[in-house]
Amino acid sequence: MSERLRLTVFAAGVVGFGAVLVWGLAGLPSFGDFDGRYGQYLAHAAVPERHATSAVAVTTLDFRGFDTLIEEFILFTAAVGVVVLLRVQRAGEEVPAEPDAVRRPTAHSGSLRSVITALVGPFLLLGLAIVVHGHLTPGGGFQGGVILMAALFLVYLGGTHMRLGPLRPLAATEASEGVGAAGFALIGLGGIVVAGAYLENFLPFGRVSNLVSGGDIPLLNIAVGLEVMGALLVVLGEFLDQRLLMRKGRL
Amino acid sequence: MTAVQIAALIAVAFGGTAVVLARDPARQALVASVYGLALAVLFLAFQAPDVALSQIVVGAVGLPAMIMFALRKIIRREEVDREER
Amino acid sequence: MSFLPYAVAAWLFVIGLYGIVTSRNLVHLIVCLSVVQSSTYVLLLAVGYRTNATAPIFADISTSRSVVDPIVATLTLTDVVVEATVVALLLALAVQAHRRFGTLDPNEMGALRG
Repeated sequence: MSERLRLTVFAAGVVGFGAVLVWGLAGLPSFGDFDGRYGQYLAHAAVPERHATSAVAVTTLDFRGFDTLIEEFILFTAAVGVVVLLRVQRAGEEVPAEPDAVRRPTAHSGSLRSVITALVGPFLLLGLAIVVHGHLTPGGGFQGGVILMAALFLVYLGGTHMRLGPLRPLAATEASEGVGAAGFALIGLGGIVVAGAYLENFLPFGRVSNLVSGGDIPLLNIAVGLEVMGALLVVLGEFLDQRLLMRKGRL
Repeated sequence: MTAVQIAALIAVAFGGTAVVLARDPARQALVASVYGLALAVLFLAFQAPDVALSQIVVGAVGLPAMIMFALRKIIRREEVDREER
Repeated sequence: MSFLPYAVAAWLFVIGLYGIVTSRNLVHLIVCLSVVQSSTYVLLLAVGYRTNATAPIFADISTSRSVVDPIVATLTLTDVVVEATVVALLLALAVQAHRRFGTLDPNEMGALRG
């Protein structure tokens, strides 16, 4: 199909689609008038029933925890897909030969490296705080996991790196992803064992606004954080072809 | 609708158009980062702070970084191919 | 004026589609796809909004205040992080396509041969 023909078909299609879309959206309740009863019930039942102050976290991990479990596995599968696509390619092609494996600094300026290394600690702390307080304030495993990934990525940026070649990246990042995904599913199994339904909140709820409250919601947040951090580190490592984190002293 | 919401919506509409009209991928990654920030402000104006936090860490930092890494991989392969020829 | 959020969501969808159809570079196409995704986020949050309501976090407000819908916030926040990884998968596909065909232009890529 030639380009001009394709553009004409697209123009016709998008005009029709746009008309139907606008007509459909005009049938929605006016902006701000939404009165969904399910959402309101969940929001006002979060604190009395689960003793956790963030209704969004309770909805994500407790009331609608099954949806989050499936989303987690989408994340896991996408990361596995990236690994399959890029690692097989790297093993098959000829890697430019390196006479001996050399560690080179990632950032070339010394002051830049110092600043980056100094930022690792605060980022780690921020990421952990956001993950762990997810049931009390905005935050949780998804957001905190990305920040933790950024913190560990700063370790790579501020230090030295090595070309990957056919080597495998550090197993701990892949393990973290697997532990997170499996951890979520296994905590759900605890619901079956103790309370009779999968992903049922089975731990004691504690007092409102305490750090340890909300049942198994903090544990699920930690599992999600581990998984998001591991998945994104694995994906970044595949794109960079470089070993992101190395054990000290090893080549 | 408050003034912040209206301003954020207009910024998002312009930002989306700018992302599409930036044809060079490297430049587009930067425009996408600014667009991600505009989206985060819009989500805050819609009273959804969790979503805004997600959007900041992913759309303003994670997505442009991934685009740049993919571009780097492609450009490096082009250089290797050119050297082999 | 109260139709503005829905209009912006529809506009983002259409302009993203236009970018995908007229794209000359696979990476540009993938970023336009993420613009289409963001239109669904705007639509979801616009649907769940209530006038004069606040965020559904009860850490510092009384539990009887009216809040916006938490379900659409749940859908959107998990979606944002998961779609970033899916975009990474698409970029890996683009890298492989470049290796196979030598170009990033969708018009010049031939069919896959078995």
